Amino acid sequence: MWMGLSYVCWGISAVLALWMLYDWFKVDTTYSEETLTSSREGELEAVSETHRI
Amino acid sequence: MTAAVETGKTTTIHGDRVSLLRVLGPAHVWALGVGIVLVGEFTGWNFSADKGGALAALIVCWIVGLLYTSVAMIDSEVTSTVAAAGGQYAQAKHIVGPLMAFNVALFLVFAYTMLEVSDAILLGDTIVAKAGVEGLTHNSFIAATIVVLAWLNYRGVLMTLNVNFVITAIAYVSIVILFFSVSPWTQGAVLKLNELVTPGNALPYGWIGVIAAFQFGIWYYLGIEGTTQAAEEVRSPARSLPYGTMAGMITLLIAAAMTWYVCASMMPWEYLGITYYPLWDAGKLSGSPLLEELLFVATLLSALASANGCINDAARAWFSLGRDRYLPSWFSAVHPKYRTPYRSILFLLPIALAFAFIADLNQAITFSILSGVLQYTFMSINIMMFRKKWPLGTIRRGYTHPFHPLPAIVLFCLCVVTFFAIFLGFGSQLIAMTIFYFLISLWFHFYRYKFVRRGDQFTMPWPKPQGY
Repeated sequence: MWMGLSYVCWGISAVLALWMLYDWFKVDTTYSEETLTSSREGELEAVSETHRI
Repeated sequence: MTAAVETGKTTTIHGDRVSLLRVLGPAHVWALGVGIVLVGEFTGWNFSADKGGALAALIVCWIVGLLYTSVAMIDSEVTSTVAAAGGQYAQAKHIVGPLMAFNVALFLVFAYTMLEVSDAILLGDTIVAKAGVEGLTHNSFIAATIVVLAWLNYRGVLMTLNVNFVITAIAYVSIVILFFSVSPWTQGAVLKLNELVTPGNALPYGWIGVIAAFQFGIWYYLGIEGTTQAAEEVRSPARSLPYGTMAGMITLLIAAAMTWYVCASMMPWEYLGITYYPLWDAGKLSGSPLLEELLFVATLLSALASANGCINDAARAWFSLGRDRYLPSWFSAVHPKYRTPYRSILFLLPIALAFAFIADLNQAITFSILSGVLQYTFMSINIMMFRKKWPLGTIRRGYTHPFHPLPAIVLFCLCVVTFFAIFLGFGSQLIAMTIFYFLISLWFHFYRYKFVRRGDQFTMPWPKPQGY
């Protein structure tokens, strides 16, 4: 059972790592660099007032 | 208009900016802080018994508790004012200066990444110990721990800390269940404190053993200051951060006291000081198979919660460095859908994996502790400068800590004692890390700082500091 669990762990790790790489590629090719790196420290309070989840 | 705004049905973006989400409350702050720390009750603190005996482990539990209470109070005051991702980094940037801030951010990244590595190794080793199967190694469990938790962090902070709240609460409740299951009000039935800790063996190495025990006494509370990394993602930083941090500290003081009492009453100090699983062992010694299984699961959950919080915190510190161009601004990207610092999470993922596969547990833990204590030393200086530059009444504070400057002085003195204790045990690592931080500071000062937009990095709408 434990050896089987070990293989499952490798499998899950590989799948999730690949998914993150795919999503990273998708996001970086969809959005501009200016948009992705547009977060600013000093604008947080204003953001919180208008935030919608 | 940006592409992000055009696809705004699934992506919430405010104007042209993509920011971290403000969705957390005090319970999440508690889960982040206690989640990172609680693993220290399941392993780590007990090595202080090896350094100075069972009584030394109790003495450092309280004295180091004082150190961390000072940390929590100081942190709560400054962070309720400087509510930004990066926590102590943002504090240092505004109060001390860029070079200090750069160093503090590195302390944070090292402390949390190495703690994450230690947690993953611990989890893998615990499963291997439980399985007892020949040929089974911890590598697959380490990889799954780090990758799954990185994925969780990648997908969003709310779910990450909801998960942390649940697993931390289960691990904490397991300590409480163990405590009440061994009849703590009676000696002799299960607990034998008066036989195991006697005047003859309470402090086998005298008071120098107590000093040496500081090195591992840190484990009772290491990481509670990580709550400040959530500053940019809590709905009300001025309220949630002090509540969450102070509640976390109180929770941990109770857990530490219960843990010591149960373990010191069930195991001789010679064994307690070398075992990797004091609480799991206590579960076994209780004679209850249910308690044994519960403490095994709780050990795993505490390691998971700690690694989860560490990924969250290390990524925010790294992200903040990128946002201020202390590192390439590429790292400051926020995921437009999940609103997490996804590039920082992904960048730190292989580093954590590499260390987890290569480094051994003791080295990883020592690097984490050293970076943590360097950070606490900075905090004692930071609060003195903060109160001097912006005295009470000059800026709005969400929380004002009492008895200033006593907590800062206590914190500084206890940090000095802890450095001495670390020097006794790991002198060469201490020197190596000091040289590393010195060289990296030179690199930042002479090379990297020219890329920083100097006016943009100071964002708090504060009046000019006194004396300027």
